[in-house]
Amino acid sequence: MTNDFKKKKSQKEQTFGDVMRSQGVSRRSFLKFCAATASMMAMSPAMIPKIAHALENARRPSVIWLSFQECTGCTESLTRAHTATIESLIFDHISLDYHHTLQAAAGHAAEEAREAAMEENYGKYLLVVDGSIPMGNPGYSTIAGISNYDMLMETAKGAAAIIAVGTCATYGGIPHANPNPTGAVSVNDLIKDKPIINVPGCPPIPVVITGVLTHFLTFGTIPELDHLGRPKVFYGQSIHDRCYRRPFYDKGLFAETFDDEGAKKGWCLYKLGCKGPTTYNACATTKWNNGTSWPIEAGHPCLGCSEPDFWDGGGFYKSLSMPTENITQTAIYTAAGAVAAGVAIGAMNKSKKNSAIAAHDKTTIDDLEK
Amino acid sequence: MSERIVVDPITRIEGHLRIEAQMDGNKIDKAYSSGTMVRGIETIMKGRDPRDAWAFAQRICGVCTLVHGLASIRSVENALDYKIPKNADLIRNLMSGAQYIHDHVMHFYHLHALDWVDVVSALSADPKATSELAQSLSNYPKSSPGYFADMKKKLKGFVESGQLGIFAKAYWGHPAYKLPPEANLMAVSHYLEALSWQRDVARLHTIFGGKNPHPNFVVGGVPCAIDLNSDSAINMKKLSQVQDIINQMKMFVDQVYVPDTLAIAGFYKDWTTRGEGLGNFLTFGDFPSNGMDDVSGFMIPPGAILNRDLSTIHDVDMNAADEIKEYISHSWYDYENGGKEAGLHPYDGETNLNYTGPKPPYDHLDVDQSYSWLKSPRWKGNAMEVGPLARVLMLYATGHDQTKELVNMTLNKLDVPVEALFSTLGRTAARTLETKIFADQMQGWYDDLIINIKAGETKTFNEVLWEPSSWPKSAKGVGFMEAPRGGLAHYIVIEDETIKNYQAVVPSTWNAGPRDGNGQPGAYEAALEDNHTLHDVKQPVEILRTIHSFDPCLACAVHLTDPDGEEIIKVKVK
Repeated sequence: MTNDFKKKKSQKEQTFGDVMRSQGVSRRSFLKFCAATASMMAMSPAMIPKIAHALENARRPSVIWLSFQECTGCTESLTRAHTATIESLIFDHISLDYHHTLQAAAGHAAEEAREAAMEENYGKYLLVVDGSIPMGNPGYSTIAGISNYDMLMETAKGAAAIIAVGTCATYGGIPHANPNPTGAVSVNDLIKDKPIINVPGCPPIPVVITGVLTHFLTFGTIPELDHLGRPKVFYGQSIHDRCYRRPFYDKGLFAETFDDEGAKKGWCLYKLGCKGPTTYNACATTKWNNGTSWPIEAGHPCLGCSEPDFWDGGGFYKSLSMPTENITQTAIYTAAGAVAAGVAIGAMNKSKKNSAIAAHDKTTIDDLEK
Repeated sequence: MSERIVVDPITRIEGHLRIEAQMDGNKIDKAYSSGTMVRGIETIMKGRDPRDAWAFAQRICGVCTLVHGLASIRSVENALDYKIPKNADLIRNLMSGAQYIHDHVMHFYHLHALDWVDVVSALSADPKATSELAQSLSNYPKSSPGYFADMKKKLKGFVESGQLGIFAKAYWGHPAYKLPPEANLMAVSHYLEALSWQRDVARLHTIFGGKNPHPNFVVGGVPCAIDLNSDSAINMKKLSQVQDIINQMKMFVDQVYVPDTLAIAGFYKDWTTRGEGLGNFLTFGDFPSNGMDDVSGFMIPPGAILNRDLSTIHDVDMNAADEIKEYISHSWYDYENGGKEAGLHPYDGETNLNYTGPKPPYDHLDVDQSYSWLKSPRWKGNAMEVGPLARVLMLYATGHDQTKELVNMTLNKLDVPVEALFSTLGRTAARTLETKIFADQMQGWYDDLIINIKAGETKTFNEVLWEPSSWPKSAKGVGFMEAPRGGLAHYIVIEDETIKNYQAVVPSTWNAGPRDGNGQPGAYEAALEDNHTLHDVKQPVEILRTIHSFDPCLACAVHLTDPDGEEIIKVKVK
């Protein structure tokens, strides 16, 4: 590092507000940012001054991002957020002190950056993890010669809280899918003594990742979570309940195949295997990539990617609760869905839904159309 | 004296890559490339519905986010001889082309640029001189003295906060950085502009595939329907959005990416004489105009070039048992069929994990034994380079006019001979030039789509073989494509409506793989062994430059595993 940088390091106590002022960011545009944050988190305008106050008086909190058995899709998703954007996050709101994909330093210097961030911010930094952790053999995944397990445990120790991003970090994801060749597990399988926010999805929606981050940065608390550790603000409703095609489901109007008349008219994709009824995520409300579209709007059934074990749900094009060749897998899916949130119930005909879930029974389209 | 230096993690890439370099003084004598993460996705795919395979395969990589999905559906379609509507091919071309443009620009600015651009030096730039420099290169509107003054102020405030975040501990001030402060400030400004641009143009995938990363595909076509009279299909509003995005892509490539590449390259001409590596290049071909069975209609032709000889293009047969084979002499796998020295064609491939490396935490790998989770693919026994340089050379050698024009313009501008292509800088420049070719071609595919719709042809999906009950009892096929990082091939064996075997032969496996049994290095290794002297072994920015010139994608490159030792699938990195 140059001498210049060393000198500047001494100004450690400079707050976010100081930096904004020194960069000539006007009060007005700063408040606009706070308003956007409040609106995204569905909070009342009365909260705007509180957000502004919190941001202005904080040094940028240190964030350490660890990537284990992953595909970098979660990081790519992070960069797609239209609010808060990655640029505003790393320049104005956080100090992203370790992130393989984005950081300039490599090798020993990269590891030094992680160690320095841990030491300087012990007990205060936020740890973000994407990817699962292989327990079958420490050699299945290493960074700087260190196993993923050792690096996670060492880095988690001084973390104020952990955000597990993506279905691999939250529930094991694709490496954990049957037969789980590497013994992959999730973060909360290993860490029991820290607050963990689960942000599942394959990948999670861009603004959901940054929305959870900014909530934590703004309020210093974790948002209310459901029983799977997911923030209710983004994972509180099923895709099905918020789906714009729901009225066609209620009328019994279904696409029978891709590109048929029903598909063109935007009818329900239930018969094409849509997992919307058992999937809790914000796709139907926030949509993807600045509200451009989302899987169901683009004609493809929901894969259910924010639910535990969705990879083993019995087939992406097999209708929920419809007979499949593999009864066991269907039953597992139904059960998983039921645990997931109170669930698939809303999707089914009232007269049958309870007994179907209890008995892992099959509910047919005819039942649903009753 | 000879010292072994280690760079792990190699950052600003996809995935987990480790480089060990055996030094002879300050010169690299031998280099070893190791992929250090495995998941076993090929094994996980076994026994599943082939129509579901794309979703699993796509999660091989979230950076190349659509390529494995596309290669996967093509493998199923090839196995079943499943024809798809012309519109589906056009939409797939548009999505794949968008992937190139998005991915290459992000690679240049966010993964590669900091090897050449000194962020700290930008703080001493004169905004007015920066503006003059920018305006001399391009008519990109964000180029006023005020704009650069604001950028400098933002950067200064950031540095003065004392929290350098992702820019901490880098090799700033290293004498290998040659750009004047003004060029550094311009490049850092474009780093930020590119972050903003990329999330807008990624929306092309969202329109046709519902989301990005990881857009949706379907065997037999594309999932989106076209209906100009529906609010819930590809209609005029969505088509207009696609046109806008194509314009945005072309603007940024023409006004920012191409001029920046040429300007920066002008300060680093010494990098045209190192980092060549193998001199062998391979393409599988892609971007059909008349379906995947008509190779003559491909925009990128398939072929192999050996020993820089552009006058002879060798035919490549993806299915021939003696052409493409994978070796594991230095990989943490075992073959039941043939042992450690055998090479297997992907249809017969095996993926039995056997980690024999040092117990973590470790300092060095034992490079005389196995040292990577990547296999060593070979074409007729030759190690080959795949990717942008291979494609540009193939287009150049086969007389593609625009490619010849762009390559000659670049060589003239930099005043370097044609041999300069075979280098670290040549590889990086080839990526930029092909991006320009794709950015121009996008309009052609879009126009063809409009012509079809105008003629009443709106079909996007062929339902005829959708039901597995209509399939033969057994079938096998290969789905190949040119992914941004190079030729990609997925091999599938289908039996009784399920996946019996699945193998992915991935670009980054070709490039990043370890030595084979004959001691023949992979492309990364050979490139690092070509004329690399490190100014300071503790700050090996030279290694980063050459490795990043390949745009590594390690999640793609790693194979799968089969715990029963039965073999089956391998997954690689691209």
